[in-house]
Amino acid sequence: MSEIAQKVKAIIVDKLGVEESEVTLEASFTNDLGADSLDTVELIMEFEKEFNISIPDDQAEQIGTVGQAVSYLEANVK
Amino acid sequence: MNLKRVVVTGIGALTPIGNTAEEFWSGLINGVSGAAPITRFDASLFKTQFACEIKNLDVEQFIDRKEARKMDPFTQYAMISVEEAMNDAGFDLEKIDKSRAGVIWGSGIGGLKTFQDEVKDFANGDGTPRFNPFFIPKMIADISAGFLSIKYGFRGPNFVTVSACASATNALIDAFNYIRLGKADIFISGGSEAAVTEAGIGGFNAMKALSQRNESPETASRPFDKDRDGFVLGEGAGALILEEYEHAKARGAKIYAELVGGGMTADAYHITAPHPEGLGASNVMEIALADANLKPEEIDYINVHGTSTPLGDVGETKAIQKVFGDHAYKLNISSTKSMTGHLLGAAGAIEAIASIFAIRNGIVPPTINHFTDDESFDPRLNLTFNKAQKREINYALSNTFGFGGHNCSVIFKKYN
Repeated sequence: MSEIAQKVKAIIVDKLGVEESEVTLEASFTNDLGADSLDTVELIMEFEKEFNISIPDDQAEQIGTVGQAVSYLEANVK
Repeated sequence: MNLKRVVVTGIGALTPIGNTAEEFWSGLINGVSGAAPITRFDASLFKTQFACEIKNLDVEQFIDRKEARKMDPFTQYAMISVEEAMNDAGFDLEKIDKSRAGVIWGSGIGGLKTFQDEVKDFANGDGTPRFNPFFIPKMIADISAGFLSIKYGFRGPNFVTVSACASATNALIDAFNYIRLGKADIFISGGSEAAVTEAGIGGFNAMKALSQRNESPETASRPFDKDRDGFVLGEGAGALILEEYEHAKARGAKIYAELVGGGMTADAYHITAPHPEGLGASNVMEIALADANLKPEEIDYINVHGTSTPLGDVGETKAIQKVFGDHAYKLNISSTKSMTGHLLGAAGAIEAIASIFAIRNGIVPPTINHFTDDESFDPRLNLTFNKAQKREINYALSNTFGFGGHNCSVIFKKYN
């Protein structure tokens, strides 16, 4: 697992209070990990803070699973 | 119209002198002070460096970590004290009509720590507006009632009263009125506050409202003492389950006391200073007595607002003498804030609980920390100094007054 993927996983475990084993790449924040719309916004903000980037709203809306978050960050974090 | 009777069937308390109702009462009758140096933050630059904090509380014992993270401490305190009160009331949640069960909570400020921390984060940043999506729903004072309704499924009236230090008493009176009018059967009521933060201490310090007796925190809250120098900030929560009498009787509930009257007035005088003659305070006690259909002579105990400020304590005793005349000398009067500190919007809740336990146990909790008499107070008044006193109490009255000039009184009656 990439360093980015590991950090993403850690943030999700912390913010959503889920077990690490549940945080698979396929897991959906809302359907599988129990996040509501505010939790999802908070996750995106935490990613922005951790990786020091800004994720525009229209792209943030496309991030619904752990895998989508990891792919986006791997492509955009310098 | 025929008003319904309202009784108290559940109690919970999370206070600086005890984390359950039982520990709270034990602290009260033993004259325990909850004041100590502040641990919540580094207070070394503040004029006041002590407060009455909640001690040894593991929030996650009561609230799931994920949920707790979305709550300001004032809401966490609400959830914890209400859990105790609801367990105590012993409802079968499957059997009660939840559309006739509501929540009216009180908080003077709401999520002060959340507000302070989020704004500090923003101010320390580069101006990019990054606010946590939970900032607003953690901070707003009414969210406590929202969380409580979600937890218990109570779908009746739901809101939070905000009247500074009178908030919880306003909440109790509102809940009392809705039940009396037949609009609901059950209310979760009470109040919570968590203002021991930099903004809370700094803000009250700037008003010169707080005691600065840093060398002796446990003797700082000394209502009616000549050397009182301001209130001691406290935090915590008190929860009371109010229930329509027939509803409580039908399910065989334990009944603590009956709530028989309430009054609400305004000083209409100054934003923070009390009326010098205690006008709003005397009016509110008269209104509460009339509401309960009682003569002043029938009251045995008054749990006063008595915050230990130079002006407030004088106005309140003048008001008591005006309302009660010679009977004032036969009353037991005490300020439990001498032990708990001032819980602001939660004060009315824990003091209502203190009054109810006083009635049930026939013991008046003391006004501790009395060292020097002050000639501003008539020596014939029994201010229950330093030691609890035994007394048969049929009716107890509890006063709370808030910045803004809000005054509230409630009267509890012994249940036989």
